[in-house]
Amino acid sequence: MKFLKKETSSDGRSRYVKKSKLQEVWHQFKKNKGAVVGLIVLILIFVLAVAASFIYDFKTDICMLSRNGRLLTPCLEHPFGTDHMGRSVLARVLYGARYSLLIGFVVVGISTGVGTLLGALAGYYGGKVETIIMRTVEIFLMIPNTLLGIVFVAVFGISLTNLMLALGLSTVPHFARNARSSVMTVRGNEYVEAAKALGVSDFKIIMKHILPNALSPILVQATTRVASAIISAATFSFLGLGVPSPLPEWGAMLSDARPYMRDYPHLIVFPGLAIMITVLAINLVGDGLRDALDPKLKR
Amino acid sequence: MKHNEKIDNAEDIVLDIQDLAIRYVTDDATTYAVNHINLRLKRQGTLGLVGETGAGKTTTVLSILNLIPDPPGVIDSGKILVNGRDVHKLSPKELSEMRGKEVAMIFQDPMTSLNPVMTVGDQIAESIMLHEGLSKQDAYKKAKETLETVGISGERAGDYPHQFSGGMKQRVVIAIALACHPNILIADEPTTALDVTIQAQVLELMKKLKEDYKTSTIMITHDLGIVAEICDEVAVMYAGQIVEQGTLREVFKNTKHPYTEGLFNSLPNMNDRNSKLTPIRGLTPDPTIIYPGCTFAERCPYATERCHTEKPQQKWINENHMVACGRYDEPDFHIERR
Repeated sequence: MKFLKKETSSDGRSRYVKKSKLQEVWHQFKKNKGAVVGLIVLILIFVLAVAASFIYDFKTDICMLSRNGRLLTPCLEHPFGTDHMGRSVLARVLYGARYSLLIGFVVVGISTGVGTLLGALAGYYGGKVETIIMRTVEIFLMIPNTLLGIVFVAVFGISLTNLMLALGLSTVPHFARNARSSVMTVRGNEYVEAAKALGVSDFKIIMKHILPNALSPILVQATTRVASAIISAATFSFLGLGVPSPLPEWGAMLSDARPYMRDYPHLIVFPGLAIMITVLAINLVGDGLRDALDPKLKR
Repeated sequence: MKHNEKIDNAEDIVLDIQDLAIRYVTDDATTYAVNHINLRLKRQGTLGLVGETGAGKTTTVLSILNLIPDPPGVIDSGKILVNGRDVHKLSPKELSEMRGKEVAMIFQDPMTSLNPVMTVGDQIAESIMLHEGLSKQDAYKKAKETLETVGISGERAGDYPHQFSGGMKQRVVIAIALACHPNILIADEPTTALDVTIQAQVLELMKKLKEDYKTSTIMITHDLGIVAEICDEVAVMYAGQIVEQGTLREVFKNTKHPYTEGLFNSLPNMNDRNSKLTPIRGLTPDPTIIYPGCTFAERCPYATERCHTEKPQQKWINENHMVACGRYDEPDFHIERR
């Protein structure tokens, strides 16, 4: 009776009614404790990222040289300490959540969207379509991700948008390959043939019959890629091709702190922890979501 | 020729397969799956397509829906007329309209022919939405009604396939096929994956729905009992060819082809439970080889020298009974089972 909710009808008799799909997914999701913790943490990070602009002033607290003492270790006034320019690390970590989350989700959005589409087309149609798509994708796979990103940013200019595009497009090949292989295993199933026999169009077959069944490996890959996107963004910021300097992106903070990390480890500990916690939370939510979306796992 | 005369006055033929030949071409070999067969299905008739595994039954019916995978499938010759229209000349749009609406198919294994992540209601509604242009709500309502006609409570439309038993899944598959009232229903071994009690239920259901919906049915099976139960015409397929064809009564009571005889002989004898089974000796011929003579000659107890060298011609014994066996050229040849 777990999937049913009690409802009393007009004649006073109670009966069990099925919940809507969204309620069902939520019901499944709730059962996974880790996923719920992850979701709470993620919501908290979002709230803090939004609240940061009310607590701190972007110009004075985040960007400019500050009157605070430089390189203070954590104390009451500056719980996370201050950096080499006297700015509060707490303020920058909170503000940085905006950039890191934005980069993480947009990059994965681009690469999952484009990659899954290409992979699904290749896996479903096979033959010439597959050859053209997959060989092109493999050519891009030969070039190291970072190099590809650098070329993209170098050609189109340094900005947050270009950084996200560069990171997103450079990981498309991985998603395309993953999507293709899972689509290929689903394509051979009899229910796909049955859908064809009913006259369902190719587009609908891909969207309704194949992708939902091929989703779990794609979803798992997407959640882990959020983490690597945040870290790649840090690499780019370090090379001076990513988020421009005063902006407190977490990766950029790490690279800014590099010369001081031997004597003032708090400069890398807090942004590092922030990355770790965010990534962990996203992974937990991703796992929970995958299980909740799969009706076969219902117990 | 009697066969052709019948085509001319055949207003009542919903499906006409003429001289169909299909082969599968791979790098290593060419498999001749269907070799020049003719089949016709009468309006509201039920045709049993019988034969061993690999005889080309499924290939034949898949070609009716133009679902032969290409590559490797190649259609060498033949026409398939569904309600008078050639299936292979339809545009993709017309084809998509024809599938499910004019011709629907019940697949062999209900465990795998339902999408595990869609509710059964949605799966039935999908075809209704597509072919009848109804809104999502109306289609879903109709899906519930269809579910009721196959004996499943409409309230279960929101359940997923894994929440149903095998027999109920097959009912759902039947409901999907019947949702748009197709003229022709193709059932590809619909009871093979089910146990005997459920088989009986599903057959009973199919018989009832056939009458209610007035559909014409092609029933693929290798169970002669099922054929006797629900078919009124039988075509026996062997190595991609139809070796014997006729009304149920003619083929069962007046069996002509040695292969059909072999099939009947290999049924267990209910009256003598200790008797051994008499299977047809040998194996089905290699479908990658073109035999100069009769494909059954190797295994046939009546085969003569001529059978190995000369292809048998289709012979119409009477207007309801065709046999493709060269020995019937001899005036007084007959098989043992009479």
